[in-house]
Amino acid sequence: MKKHETTRRWPWRPAMLAGITLAAVTATHALGSSSATVGIKEFKFAPTPLTVRAGSTVTWVNHDEETHTITSATGSFGSGGLGNEDTFAQTFTRPGTYEYFCALHPKMKAAVIVK
Amino acid sequence: MDRIARRGFLECMAWAGSALVWTSAGGMLSSRMLSPAAADEAPGGFSFVQISDTHIGFKGQANGDPVATLQQVLDRVNALRPAPAFVLHTGDQTHGQKPGAFDTLAEMLKGVRTARVFYVPGEHDVFLDGGKEYLGRYGKGTVGGRGWQSFDYKGTHFVGLVNVLTYKGEGMGALGADQIEWLEKDLAPLASSTPIVVFAHVPLWSVYPQWGWVTEDAGRALAYLKRFGSVSVLNGHIHQVLTKVEGNVSFHTALSTAFPQPAPGTAPAPGPMKIPEADARRLIGVTEVTFVEGRHPLTVVDSTLS
Repeated sequence: MKKHETTRRWPWRPAMLAGITLAAVTATHALGSSSATVGIKEFKFAPTPLTVRAGSTVTWVNHDEETHTITSATGSFGSGGLGNEDTFAQTFTRPGTYEYFCALHPKMKAAVIVK
Repeated sequence: MDRIARRGFLECMAWAGSALVWTSAGGMLSSRMLSPAAADEAPGGFSFVQISDTHIGFKGQANGDPVATLQQVLDRVNALRPAPAFVLHTGDQTHGQKPGAFDTLAEMLKGVRTARVFYVPGEHDVFLDGGKEYLGRYGKGTVGGRGWQSFDYKGTHFVGLVNVLTYKGEGMGALGADQIEWLEKDLAPLASSTPIVVFAHVPLWSVYPQWGWVTEDAGRALAYLKRFGSVSVLNGHIHQVLTKVEGNVSFHTALSTAFPQPAPGTAPAPGPMKIPEADARRLIGVTEVTFVEGRHPLTVVDSTLS
């Protein structure tokens, strides 16, 4: 098998490179990704800003009786209404600062920083 | 709320009611307790009912069954003699546009003995879809299908305003330039002696800006109302009774039929207030407004379920 692959390496190089790239992304995902939780309590998101690595999944939990939303400032993600103890999860694949707010209480502002 | 607690709650709600009457005369407010029988109207006058913040779809410790508490309120409305001329719903019909909530409320209000129900939206009714569903249901007959409207009843001019469709930034209500321009034109032909009733969801006065309990451009609208001898502004949103008089304008916020919220600044945040069930009855309810011909001030009666 190994020999066979070696002999085919040159013609397949672009595909191999693509495969390597994909493997690298997967590796980063496997090694660096994590899960993090943001709580909503008394009309506040905490922690904020939350810093995570690319590929991480962030889960929000609404501990208030009032409905809240996780609404991206750019519209790139949104939870809709979350009732008491409802959760919403979002995976962040690209680095950047993601600002969000609650559409029902726009004073509630927070951010996720993806590195 | 568990099963037993809810049964207890419903039993409590069946207790006889009491009411607080707000009478405005010459800009001075006074209040007294009133028995339901005293709500009779004078000949030529009329009464209407304001319900607010029904939050159908809410479920939590503050109220396990807002449908049940609303029904208690509606039963009370149906016991009024004579029946109210119409009902104003000042918004937050639904809790976060929960699926089916608009339908539930519409069905329940069909059982109210009154000629018509008028609506303005709350932020809970429009935040998911920018008002698409709300205006699809209640936009017909409003200005440009945008939800605001005016009508006259027995010499009183009623104006329903929408201040939740630009509910952004600092969480304040806002009317927007288009609506304020329309209001100016709507009021222009009226004699200053015409009694005016304005209704909208978020208070049109600065109740507590820190919690977003304010309409940022209300001042521009109120400027057009100042020349009138009697203006009553009825709002919801804050789930408690607060009143204020400014010249000839009296402001009044209504109770929710679902759950109370804390008084401004008395809690870390606004939101449904969990309180002992025995006290809950005192903090949810309905507003009845009576207009007596020849005496412009309206009598505003807030009835709780207690």
